[in-house]
Amino acid sequence: MGRYVARRLLQMIPVFFGTTLLIFLMVHSLPGDPVLAMFGDKGADPATLAAKRHELGLDKSLPEQYFVYMRDMILHLDFGDQIRNGRPVTEVLGDAFPITLQLAALAFVFELTFGLALGIIGGLRAGRLADNAILLFTLLIMSIPVFVLGYIIKMVFAFNLGWISPNVSTVPQWDELIAPAVVLGGLSLAYVARLTRTSMAENLRSDYMRTAVAKGLPKRRIIGVHLMRNSMIPVVTLLGTDLGALMGGAVVTEQIFNIKGIGGIIAESISRREGTTLVGLVTILVLVYLVTSLLIDLLYAVLDPRIRYA
Amino acid sequence: MRGAKSAKWVTGAIIVALAATACGGGKTDEGAKGAKGAVDPNGIFSIELGEPEKPLLTGDTMESNGSAVMAGLFSTLVDYKADGSLEMINAESVTTTDSKTWTVKLKKGWTFHDGTPVTAKSFVDAWNWNASVDNAQGLASWFADIKGYEKVHPDAEGAKATSKTLDGLKVVDEGTFTIELAKPVPYFAHKLAYIVFAPLPDSFYKLPAKERGAKPVGNGPYKFKSWDHKKQIEVVRFDDYKGPNKAKNGGVVFKNYTTLEAAYEDLKSGNVDVLRQIAPKDLPLYRQDLGERAVDQAYSAIQTIAVAFYADQWKKPKPIDPRVIQGLSMAIDRATITKTVLNGTREPATGWVAKGVLGYQPNAVEITKFDPAKAKELIEAGGGVPNNQISIQYNADGGHKEWVEAVCNSITQATTVKCVGDGKPDFQADLTARKTKQVKSLYRSGWVLDYPVNANFISDLFRTGAGGNQGDFSNKELDAKIAAADSAKTLDESVKAYQAIEKDLINYMPSIPLWYYKVNAGYSENVSGVAYGQDGDPILTGVEVKKK
Repeated sequence: MGRYVARRLLQMIPVFFGTTLLIFLMVHSLPGDPVLAMFGDKGADPATLAAKRHELGLDKSLPEQYFVYMRDMILHLDFGDQIRNGRPVTEVLGDAFPITLQLAALAFVFELTFGLALGIIGGLRAGRLADNAILLFTLLIMSIPVFVLGYIIKMVFAFNLGWISPNVSTVPQWDELIAPAVVLGGLSLAYVARLTRTSMAENLRSDYMRTAVAKGLPKRRIIGVHLMRNSMIPVVTLLGTDLGALMGGAVVTEQIFNIKGIGGIIAESISRREGTTLVGLVTILVLVYLVTSLLIDLLYAVLDPRIRYA
Repeated sequence: MRGAKSAKWVTGAIIVALAATACGGGKTDEGAKGAKGAVDPNGIFSIELGEPEKPLLTGDTMESNGSAVMAGLFSTLVDYKADGSLEMINAESVTTTDSKTWTVKLKKGWTFHDGTPVTAKSFVDAWNWNASVDNAQGLASWFADIKGYEKVHPDAEGAKATSKTLDGLKVVDEGTFTIELAKPVPYFAHKLAYIVFAPLPDSFYKLPAKERGAKPVGNGPYKFKSWDHKKQIEVVRFDDYKGPNKAKNGGVVFKNYTTLEAAYEDLKSGNVDVLRQIAPKDLPLYRQDLGERAVDQAYSAIQTIAVAFYADQWKKPKPIDPRVIQGLSMAIDRATITKTVLNGTREPATGWVAKGVLGYQPNAVEITKFDPAKAKELIEAGGGVPNNQISIQYNADGGHKEWVEAVCNSITQATTVKCVGDGKPDFQADLTARKTKQVKSLYRSGWVLDYPVNANFISDLFRTGAGGNQGDFSNKELDAKIAAADSAKTLDESVKAYQAIEKDLINYMPSIPLWYYKVNAGYSENVSGVAYGQDGDPILTGVEVKKK
């Protein structure tokens, strides 16, 4: 087990360098010049542009820029400064990550509890009314685009009923984040519910279930231990990858509810060609993905005794 | 805001309690209303604002978000009124006899927010700093009129400055300094209203480079309090302010929103007091929603379609006949497009100079009238559009797609010239194509006033090599006329000369004027006296906050 974990951790190093280099090169190959754009429609003379490029270190060659960037990042945890406003990227990310984490955590809890609950109900009553109702409901959620769902929730709960404030205020509170978390977690909830339901319905008919029933085990134990444990493997896979998606993919939800999180920064840095910010962000997201996928793989071993990591 | 909201809940609870105990509520309500109407001179209001793109430096703040904050923190020598005439702010007088040497006398007793006095040196040092190429300030070219600029800020790439100070600036005494220009500029005093000409305190130069734009210390009606990035910026009234535009409120909170839609929702639910803009989605309904609190006012900016004169289409085999472009201009049905596609947020242009600028002349030219027959005639007379096809480049992230398509349809229907929109994914890509001279035919262009004189809309756009001249338009005749207008003896004569040039521009057609911008905005019931300046931003100092 320890060796397996060590090997997985070591594997992260090439992945880490590969992704950062890739993103770095991709940002630089986009058309558009971040320094030029700083001066807007009216522009600036070549001398000012040159002075600015020098100040930002953008006059160096590309490999040199990458080297300097990686050196500062690894040795000093310094992600560089933003081109447009000179703010340190670590500060920018430090401002945005807490709220994104809050939102992602809330959305995750929401999809986990409700998704699993719906899935279990549907799976145990496969083919009956409750199951059909759940299938219909999840189909509906899956087919509605996020921004439509967002605006419907805003319209109904904020404007018509007045239960929530339409936007998250500048100092976010947990209760304000419930609506955006529901919107953000909604789609994944539907997938979790459907996956759980199918997986359970399928496993209900398997041999070990019949054996367990024949042995006369109490129903709670049959479902709670034998059925659930085996049915959770695909669901855990989905949930694991979803955690990363909830953090980086909330651009639309963040915009609708006025949340200044990671999604908005990604969109902004792409449009402003903020290479340093983007690489820093993606690096962190890549690390999150790597760590969660490691955790999931370890969870498999817990769920399924047949899986062993030497 | 959280506090305010819970206060509302408390009020709500009290009202419910009163109703439950069957108290006579009528009188209480009236009393509350009376108190609500009164103005609280120390009231603080909030305004929607995006995150300023750059640090708040006087020499580098050119986009609207930063400018709105800076306008409160700094006062310049002069400011302009709605008719384009000047009002003295920090200056007692700005005088000249030959439009070349200007003498500035400062008002006495002014101080910066840190308590140090505002002197002639504060201005001269600040201007030198902003002009220097070493500081790479985006607005440095504003000092180009002043003698010795090319020594402080050589334009060529890699060139080094040979001087740290502008030769033309001389401190006479504590409250007086003189500005000598390289050549006469009759409207130079109007330029002084711009933020880049603001003074800076001595403490500014002692700060490390990164902190200079983080906590600006100015001489304006408001004092900087805090900047919580991407959340809000707070400024409070500067009580020792000596200028004529002293704040009628206690301070301003600039609140950051991810979208204009979100800001509008917050305006309706009372979480923000003043908006600067309304999202396209809400435009059809905002007048109805807000009633008298809806703002609909022209400001000095113009949208044009510029011609990329370097493109093969306009250059080969021979330079294009201006009549062709006149024809294209007359094929655009501006009245219908502004009313329908743009929801009445623009006003058809009748010339190249925007409204509210000194020297604006209504109906300056005829070529902005929609006349399909005449349009066809002109294009034919000019030899037709090469390939009978044009494209209009625009950035797809700025809400331009709809009107570009409408303009294209209008042109095609009126003249059978094929027209397509050439959308670049975002402003960056659009800008790069423009700077690297890769525009194939025509491109979307716009101009907001820098100073309220018609020269700004002509000289800075159509002179050979001017900053705003990105289409490589160049005409010796026009250059000579501009030079003549610039060397006019008085401001009046110069303005008149430029008026003549504007009428004459139809013979060159450097661009096709489309429409003037309007401010479409609104404010909440908590504030009154909200007015918008010529640059389209609300005038902060005039806003009055009602007692809550």
